[in-house]
Amino acid sequence: MGTLEHICRFKFERMGAAKEKIIEKLLFISALSSILIVFFIIAFMLKESIPALALGWDFFFGMTWHPSHSQFGIFPIIVSTFVVGLGALAIAAAIGIPTAIYLAEFSPAWLRNVIKPSVEMLVGIPSIVLGFFGLMMLVVFIRDSFGGYGECILAGWIILAIMTLPHVISISEDSIRAVPNGYKEASLALGATQLQTIRRAILPNARSGILASLILGMGNAVGETMAVLMVIGNPEIPWIPSSILEPVRVLTSTIVLEYSYMVWGSMHQHALFAIGVVLFMIVAIFNLVTTVAIKGRLSATTVIKGVISGR
Amino acid sequence: MKETVIKISLCMVALISVAVLFTVAAYIFLNGMQVISLDFLLKSPNYAALEKGGIFPQIIGSLCLLSVCLLFAVPLGMASGIYLAEYAPENIITKSVRFFVECLAGIPSIVIGLFGLIFLVYYLGFGPSMLAGGLALGFMILPWTVRASEEAIKAVPRSYREASLALGASKWQSIRSVVLKSAYPGIITGILLGAGKAIGEAAVILLTTGGLVTYIPHSLLDDVGALPVYIYMVLTVVPASRDVAESYAFGASLVLITMFLMISVFALFLRNRYVKRMSGSRR
Repeated sequence: MGTLEHICRFKFERMGAAKEKIIEKLLFISALSSILIVFFIIAFMLKESIPALALGWDFFFGMTWHPSHSQFGIFPIIVSTFVVGLGALAIAAAIGIPTAIYLAEFSPAWLRNVIKPSVEMLVGIPSIVLGFFGLMMLVVFIRDSFGGYGECILAGWIILAIMTLPHVISISEDSIRAVPNGYKEASLALGATQLQTIRRAILPNARSGILASLILGMGNAVGETMAVLMVIGNPEIPWIPSSILEPVRVLTSTIVLEYSYMVWGSMHQHALFAIGVVLFMIVAIFNLVTTVAIKGRLSATTVIKGVISGR
Repeated sequence: MKETVIKISLCMVALISVAVLFTVAAYIFLNGMQVISLDFLLKSPNYAALEKGGIFPQIIGSLCLLSVCLLFAVPLGMASGIYLAEYAPENIITKSVRFFVECLAGIPSIVIGLFGLIFLVYYLGFGPSMLAGGLALGFMILPWTVRASEEAIKAVPRSYREASLALGASKWQSIRSVVLKSAYPGIITGILLGAGKAIGEAAVILLTTGGLVTYIPHSLLDDVGALPVYIYMVLTVVPASRDVAESYAFGASLVLITMFLMISVFALFLRNRYVKRMSGSRR
């Protein structure tokens, strides 16, 4: 009996050990899936876009995008994308950074419990709904008060700023809170007022986090599709805008508007996928810069948590 | 004096976000309520005469897409999260896994849509379908499920693991019956946040499913309609009078926001119940 029991236990233990190994391997393979997906995305996007990317100068710096005349220059679209993104970011920063300072330093608890969830809910508004709201209210308002089409850069700025705001607020607030309390106490002990302390002791130390939130926000703004599509007008043949009341076309809206009538295998299709690659590259660069900017001062975890709660 | 002025102006700026949220919500709610009726909720859309149809297939379609997306992303994301939090040695492979998860999170949704179009719809031959749309959405929220699981698991105190291991449980047994149990609220909240993002996403679904759908899908390879796509189509493609199109878009927007709110409330409810049960059993 004793031996049998011993053998049984031995076998069970070995089975257990084998099972543990198998589970670990399965988990490892699952973890590799993200790498695989990203590789597939890059490979397929590149494969489809190489004929258009091979146009080189004519593609990246060509001034005319007119697919039915086989002209695939995306320069005006890239410029518009940056104009729309930067403006939105400026508005988001102007509102978001003071909000973050208020939330981190001044706000009484009850008010914080109103503002914070509202900011988080703002992320939850589906982009198509926000775009529709923009089309119905903002565009009409701009048309009535400033003239023009109404669908224009300014409308894009405001809608994108609303979408970027939550990211800017949550990451900036986290980085302001991450400044060690000792800095603040030392400054106050030296007789500085609360405002002086914020300006001289806290903000300089939170700078990298705030900067990171802005760059990340820029990446989001450039990659945003549906909301911005609804309010910027999207002229048939894009040009470089000279006023904020002109309609423009951005990279994302070009893809959505034209994918449905592109001829499969034509240069038009390759060009649209190449626009996808350009978009991917721009956003990747922003994200990379963010990672470098936050290294050291702010732990990556804080940012990830901010991103999770922020999106 | 100066302090007070600055404090009040900061407070004003901080309230802008609240004002924007309430304006959007109230505007959609007031306009949407005028269209909502049983017919609107339970009829199929009639694209020739919009006012005679509803959005039932779109509601069901959105839920179907979400289910496919979660069925793909949750097991994979949780497994990756468990691996990263519990097993991963600090080496180049782990670092690159983390890097690529970040990468995937940073890819704009429209690019994921294009990838879905070329890879799922054409290369794998799924066609514009529920499977293609759901998987593409799954690619999009996979990073959220990975991060949420990893963060939640890492937040479980070390002593729980040690206690379980000391009782003779193997590593996997400890993870499954001790660590995961305490980590569930965090994981679920993270996953539902991802689900909320997925249900409102239009660009990905627009490229990977068909547009004007009037029926409920019967299989994974059937075409499927979704609310965000419906809103877009009604406003741009469908030949209807401007007023009718706008009011129907308002109705669909209200339903979409309500679905998002229900997911969020469900997330809070699950988390609270779980927290209560955990603290109850500990006593």
